[in-house]
Amino acid sequence: MKAAVIVFPGSNCDRDLAVAFERATGRKPAMIWHKDQDLPDGLDVIGVPGGFSFGDYLRCGAIAARSPISRALVRFAERGGHILGICNGFQILTEAGLLPGTLMRNAGLKYICRDVSLTVQTTDSAFTNAYAKGQKVTFPIAHHDGNYETGSDTLKRLQDGDRIAFTYDDNPNGSIMDIAGILSENRRVLGMMPHPERLNDNQLGGEDGSLMFHSLTQALVSA
Amino acid sequence: MKARVFITLKSGVLDPQGEAVRHSLGTLGFQGIEAVRQGKVIELTLSETDPARAEAEVRAMCEKLLANTVIENYAVELA
Repeated sequence: MKAAVIVFPGSNCDRDLAVAFERATGRKPAMIWHKDQDLPDGLDVIGVPGGFSFGDYLRCGAIAARSPISRALVRFAERGGHILGICNGFQILTEAGLLPGTLMRNAGLKYICRDVSLTVQTTDSAFTNAYAKGQKVTFPIAHHDGNYETGSDTLKRLQDGDRIAFTYDDNPNGSIMDIAGILSENRRVLGMMPHPERLNDNQLGGEDGSLMFHSLTQALVSA
Repeated sequence: MKARVFITLKSGVLDPQGEAVRHSLGTLGFQGIEAVRQGKVIELTLSETDPARAEAEVRAMCEKLLANTVIENYAVELA
């Protein structure tokens, strides 16, 4: 599996994400600067990392979603590529139109940084097929704007299409239906606020996140 | 030519910041505030001199970047 991580000015989870990919695949992912126009050939999955791209100016993820590389990212998605957007990466994917809805200011108005318990809602994706449906996992969250909001029509499409990937067990931010992560219609784009790449090593507190990267590697090894 | 863009949350979208402002105004003793909605104003200075063309251009900017039309409305004022 060939992975890449996009780096924007203000990204701060890009190296953690690269380590997570490398541990799962045994290969260093390509690090792609946001001003690049094109992606390397033969990529299977692209990670869009967390952080504060462009200082969260205008709206979180808004400016990154209009970066030159984001046009290549949209074309990659249209060709059926896999994309994993975490935290600010999730916000960028919604701003780029690759996932529906938007991430608003947390209902409690505070930045929240702590481990949260999540429930895996679907195993029908390359990202989640190594988990069990209904499994409880612990991932850290670290965000100010993670309050997922969307219209009732979209919400129904997400539910009917089994596209809600993770929900919070104790909703920290006001997200509608406790949503922590969603899949695109073709199930190849996952956006989530919690950070699987930060719990990827038992020496650093746990390994619940590493299953996602092993899941991806197994699913895409033949691709 | 100058343009002002007013960006506001659509009705029905919960505005926790506006709600916090409303609450704070209440603690300062201001009464009768039924709702507070917070938005933003963006001022643009354009080289375009034709109002119709300027407005069309600014509206395109709103659609592409300045507003998130999932949750926000925008209004354009030329001066």
